[in-house]
Amino acid sequence: MSARGETLLWLAQRASAAVLALCVTVHLATMVYAIQGGLSAAEILGRTRGHWGWLAFYATFVAAVAVHAPIGLRPVLGEWLGWRGASRDVVLAALALVLGGLGMRAVLGVFG
Amino acid sequence: MKGHPGYWAFLVHRVSGVLLTLFLPAHFIALGSALEGAAALDGFLAWTALPAVKFAEWGIVVLLAAHLAGGLRVLLLEFLPWRDWQKTLAALAAAASLGVGLAFALALAV
Amino acid sequence: MDALRVRVWRGAAEGAFQAFEVPRQASQTVLDVVTTIQRVLDPSLAYRFACRVGMCGSCAMTVNGVARWTCRTHVDQVARDGQLEIAPLRNLPVIRDLVADMSPFFDKWARAEGRFRGARTRHDDFERIAPQSAPRRAVDAGIECIGCAVCYASCDVVAQNPEYLGPAALNRAWTLHNDLRDVARRERLRAVAGDAGCHACHTQMGCTERCPKQLTPTASIAGLKRAAAKAWLAGEL
Ligand code: SF4
Ligand code: SF4
Ligand code: FES
Repeated sequence: MSARGETLLWLAQRASAAVLALCVTVHLATMVYAIQGGLSAAEILGRTRGHWGWLAFYATFVAAVAVHAPIGLRPVLGEWLGWRGASRDVVLAALALVLGGLGMRAVLGVFG
Repeated sequence: MKGHPGYWAFLVHRVSGVLLTLFLPAHFIALGSALEGAAALDGFLAWTALPAVKFAEWGIVVLLAAHLAGGLRVLLLEFLPWRDWQKTLAALAAAASLGVGLAFALALAV
Repeated sequence: MDALRVRVWRGAAEGAFQAFEVPRQASQTVLDVVTTIQRVLDPSLAYRFACRVGMCGSCAMTVNGVARWTCRTHVDQVARDGQLEIAPLRNLPVIRDLVADMSPFFDKWARAEGRFRGARTRHDDFERIAPQSAPRRAVDAGIECIGCAVCYASCDVVAQNPEYLGPAALNRAWTLHNDLRDVARRERLRAVAGDAGCHACHTQMGCTERCPKQLTPTASIAGLKRAAAKAWLAGEL
């Protein structure tokens, strides 16, 4: 890929990483707190249903993941599987869409 | 070159990232079942109460914590001026993920 | 006197280790050992050195599995149970015995625009650069490179991606990027951005761990990544 494309990917990767650093910290803290005494759907949904703050938070989280994971996978595929070139980028773009799609479906599912 | 702290930090970061990417679709699909109502989600959660699944969950949380710590290491190395404290960083990353793993294990146990 | 058991690589890509017994001396360096072998035991051994004092960067070899400058590496530091294994540098073609072909290494310096390009002539005044300014200090941090390729031989990314410019060339590019007299900084950034350049580095720090001059190519490469991102945002890449 061109110098410019590679630089853009790097920027996107670091920007999404910064967002994820915050999201993951919050998510981990919530989990450690929520898991106590077991999980129930009522409890999870009670926390998230109709709550715009959680909706915004998890929507941001999912968007950042959809950017971050495919870019991160790119060099792994290149170096460990020798898969480079356009086909790799097409598949990774599809992965971004799948992650974003499934993620948003889940977010909307627990929102309402 | 293998076997120095930077290499291990890199390897853990990469492997945890790949595993998390594989796990995510499953995680999203499970939560998405909330769309079909609380009963479906509860059915899924009952399954997660099995000890083996609990153990796997614990593993995923540790992976997430490790990937976070490794990522912070890279961000600090790339954006802050540094000289000699990179090994300290790798150690801090390991300690932080261990800490989260323990906290989650405790929370699971109670 | 103790003898040191030394296994030395003979041949090129194909070859084998040959065993020698070399008398142990006080304050003996690995280069002394190789020199003893060539002068006394087997004159056909090929190896390379020049300054013997850590300035020229020509004597690097793989010693017990680790790339090192042999003229400044004492046998005491590296021998294991009185044994040494000496091989040519990794990640470079082998010409013969301990001599690695440095052409790919230096070709990459050229590809990374590793040469100064100024605009002034002898008729112009000097450029005034404050010694304490940030760019000048960044230059200082990377300028002492002796071109030994120890970092290059220690980098996993070089091993996996033969196109990768490698830590030394990128470190060089970073010092020039911070040289305010240089007029080719934009071209240089274009040359070093991308997956054969700074973006291929995984911040694994093999180079920084091993550089005998205690440079930190990893930090220079991170600097190039930031510089490339800045240039991209400004539409200048
Ligand atoms: S920090 Fe970068 S250049 Fe240095 S050894 Fe690691 S991957 Fe190679
Ligand atoms: S950066 Fe260090 S290890 Fe690499 S060539 Fe220069 S002096 Fe040698
Ligand atoms: S001989 Fe010159 S650096 Fe070792």
